[in-house]
Amino acid sequence: MVEFALPKNSRITTGKTWPKPEGAKNVRKFQIYRWNPDDGKNPSVDTYFIDMDNCGPMILDALIKIKNEIDPTLTFRRSCREGICGSCAMNIGGINTLACIYGIDEVKGGTVKIYPLPHMPVVKDLIPDLTHFYAQHASIMPWLETKTNRPAKEWKQSIEDRKKLDGLYECVMCASCSTSCPSYWWNGDRYLGPAALLHAYRWIIDSRDEATGERLDELEDPFKLYRCHTIMNCAKTCPKGLNPAGAIAHIKKMMVDRAV
Amino acid sequence: MRYLTDRKRAQGLGAGREGTHHHWQAMVSSILLVFLVPAFVITFAMGLDSDYQEVIAFYSQPLPALITGISLVVIVLHLMNEANVAVEDYVHGAAEKLTLIAVKAFSYTLIAVGLFALAKIAL
Repeated sequence: MVEFALPKNSRITTGKTWPKPEGAKNVRKFQIYRWNPDDGKNPSVDTYFIDMDNCGPMILDALIKIKNEIDPTLTFRRSCREGICGSCAMNIGGINTLACIYGIDEVKGGTVKIYPLPHMPVVKDLIPDLTHFYAQHASIMPWLETKTNRPAKEWKQSIEDRKKLDGLYECVMCASCSTSCPSYWWNGDRYLGPAALLHAYRWIIDSRDEATGERLDELEDPFKLYRCHTIMNCAKTCPKGLNPAGAIAHIKKMMVDRAV
Repeated sequence: MRYLTDRKRAQGLGAGREGTHHHWQAMVSSILLVFLVPAFVITFAMGLDSDYQEVIAFYSQPLPALITGISLVVIVLHLMNEANVAVEDYVHGAAEKLTLIAVKAFSYTLIAVGLFALAKIAL
């Protein structure tokens, strides 16, 4: 059911304001969502000030600086720091993106506001619970499914057919797209969301896969697939520049082609 | 509280194996409306500034009456489809089912009343 207000225990309060760095001339203000499941308090927004002359250029650099030098309790996921692992997806300045490849100077306005990915349960601070998101990905069978006996060498694919996978295989499952989608916010329990559907199309369109019909059967559902209303937030926010809405449109077209 | 695996929770009751027909119907009615809405607006505008007898005579002709009748049916069916989608988006559980029934009843009543009124004028 659609919700117009946050539950009482999720309403955000004003948090701690940390002191400005002494002697710094180029200071930027960061407001960061904080929530600790162990203290029983509501979430809050803490304010930090960072000396930009002594900080790397990316949002992740600032977060690591805060954790190392100001507040070691700040919790967030990060790993590759180059946009490959998808761990550091968060909402920065109102945009879902990867902290490691999003420059601090890309955030408009003076204050950099950082929240966890929207409309997901929070584990702690900037870490969303992606359990259901990953289970949905697993449900679309993200692997090559074949019925023909395994060839002596490799499953061959033409250059043209391989090109069809471009713009699909690059997805790093950061969940930026799915958590920017209003349809996923309201019906995320049943709607697969842009990321899982982009992956589904990646295997549907793969010339070597022999389960195309079964894959389409499993997607033909008013909620799993057809909750996509082509809002396009997914394509707008994808930090890898992919177009999940386009992939979903292709799936819908294949559905029509086989039914009409 | 139910002890379900993450995968079972994601799979739910499985695929409903429908939705394509609804999607195709919405596309077809959208394309039809591209032509029907201007035709309806033009014929309706032609009747403006006329007196009662002139309007009755105008809608007694087959073309304006047919354009109005077809537009009414396609517009309301398209509206019903889109309203159903909105209800499915935002209302869940028993309230969803009841609202879907109400939307359908309202839409068919609207079509019936509209066609009856048109028939009274045109025939």
